Amino acid sequence: MSGAPEVLREYGQPGAAPVIQGRHTYGSITDKIADLALERRSGRSFWLALGVTSVLAVVFAVSLIYLLVVGTGIWGLNNTVDWGFMITSYVWWIAIGNSGTFISAFLVLLRQRWRSSINRFAEAMTIFAVAMAGLLPIMHLGRPWFAYWLAPYPGKMNLWPQWRSPLEWDFFANTVYLILSILFWYLGLLPDLATLRDRARHRWQQLTYGLLALGWRGDARHWHHYESAYRLLAGLGAPLVISVHSVVSIDFAFSNLPGWHSTIFPPYFIGGALYSGLAMALTITIPIRAIFKLQDFITPRHLANLAKLMLACSFVLTYTYMTEMFTAFYSADKFEIATALDRLTGPYAWTYWLTIFCNVVLPQSIWFRRVRASPVALLIITVIINVGMWTERFMLIVTTLHRTFLPSSWHSFVPTFWDWSTLIGSLGSFVLLFLLFARFFPVISMAEMRRLNVRVSGVDR
Amino acid sequence: MSDGGRQPGCYGLMAEFGGSQEILEAVRASRGAGYRRIEAYTPFPVDGLAEALELRKSPIPLLTLIGGILGVAVGWFIQWYSAVIDYPINSGGRPLNSWPAFVPTIIELGILGACLCAFGGALLLSGLPRLRHPVFDTPGFERVSCDRFFLCIRSDDPLFDRERTHAWLAALSPLRVASTPIHPGEPA
Repeated sequence: MSGAPEVLREYGQPGAAPVIQGRHTYGSITDKIADLALERRSGRSFWLALGVTSVLAVVFAVSLIYLLVVGTGIWGLNNTVDWGFMITSYVWWIAIGNSGTFISAFLVLLRQRWRSSINRFAEAMTIFAVAMAGLLPIMHLGRPWFAYWLAPYPGKMNLWPQWRSPLEWDFFANTVYLILSILFWYLGLLPDLATLRDRARHRWQQLTYGLLALGWRGDARHWHHYESAYRLLAGLGAPLVISVHSVVSIDFAFSNLPGWHSTIFPPYFIGGALYSGLAMALTITIPIRAIFKLQDFITPRHLANLAKLMLACSFVLTYTYMTEMFTAFYSADKFEIATALDRLTGPYAWTYWLTIFCNVVLPQSIWFRRVRASPVALLIITVIINVGMWTERFMLIVTTLHRTFLPSSWHSFVPTFWDWSTLIGSLGSFVLLFLLFARFFPVISMAEMRRLNVRVSGVDR
Repeated sequence: MSDGGRQPGCYGLMAEFGGSQEILEAVRASRGAGYRRIEAYTPFPVDGLAEALELRKSPIPLLTLIGGILGVAVGWFIQWYSAVIDYPINSGGRPLNSWPAFVPTIIELGILGACLCAFGGALLLSGLPRLRHPVFDTPGFERVSCDRFFLCIRSDDPLFDRERTHAWLAALSPLRVASTPIHPGEPA
């Protein structure tokens, strides 16, 4: 078991913030986290947040219903710019989801045990973000009620999907990704659901958590298979997440359009996905930590680690921005150069420079220890980075599309009310789902925290 | 090894411990004393417990591999069949069996098969879902999902004897020893 030297080796240099603060026992960890789901009376701020996000969810529903009734003409799309807010938001959401898997799957494979405190909401973030990401491109199809044509099935019409299209790969990548994320999350949740079942005092809680826990009883044989399956799902999630975002980028790169047709796109998109997802993880973690008073389990160490990872990703992104520009001019291709110049100086240049500011310049502040140690500063930075990553995708899509090869078909994209309402509605729905999750499920994995606690502190009680 | 047969009305005897090291040592000692039908219940996966119980290596990696291979096979076949046999379209003279373009879908379906088998295998091998089990009737067992560790010597262990096993468990200095009842006709 963990002696003192091992503790130092695994948990960083002396003087760094610990991964668990205070003296904790198995019981105190369980009390703290389980009572958040079972006993806590929801305060006024919770109801307020629930009310606001419910209204936004209704806005989202109304926007989608109006879309189904009227059609894609309600958006600012035209024949030239035929990808707008929906595809921008789709790429943005799926990227956020990807980082949740990065935190939970890659870090488990790398034996980064500090992840135990944050993997639960990273996984929840993934599921809700992928749910949003799945909805938007389907709504963008024009005739969303035929979305099932993407699935191969031996139907009467004798139709099969076009296997050679990246959009079809996208369908498979995202569907499999959503399924794996849910299974991974649920498997990790099983022991904690059993805890809630065993502690619940109300009949409805006992029934609900009892059914969801599937009769988990903590048998060593259960754990034996559980651990094997959990690590394998992490191992499967890691390449899957890479493939998902590669396929998303290939949706762009397989076209012959200047600004998109580039082999750097898969790593470019994956770097961006990790970056925006880490930012979103911090944006979510910081308020939850404060509201639920989880400072003992989510320490400055976690926030600083996530911030450092984010800084590393910002360099990946900076490199790809430079490569993009360099390749455009080095190609000596008139159209590539025109698109590059249009990005730098054209009507949408502000999106390019906003992207550079949010994603390249601003994160440099993370070099300072004081910034990394300040939750408020990190919250502000990560919200701005989220905006910057959304702008980046918008810039990539619109600047390539609005100047086509034929100047007579040049056209601008101006978002309409329904573009904005769908975007804001999807944000509200995401937060609503997250609030409900945080209210009814353990926000931190109790089983993993018990193990982490004995490993870190050696208190076997 | 002869099967002692289950004692009527008794699933086994449960010793309750407060720490992971204590149950690990108790399991090792009981195995050393010759008990074979031992179960351990813990609030988190305890390192070394599977080895102490001499559990067989989990077959889940193998199941996962099989699931992955099946997923790849299905993915490959369905694309080849629809593109070459059932719905061939000559698009600019490109080959019908354009397998490089099939690879992404094959990878995704391979992962799907593997993850379904890993998850399903973990449940199936654990005998879950099973909402009702005799051990839930052990006094104080609800704390197994919080901070208590339980060692069970089942009554169908060849060495099981109510008094002697009780004395053996009590000698391991647990917090308490309790008997787990079983209803007649209930599967163990």
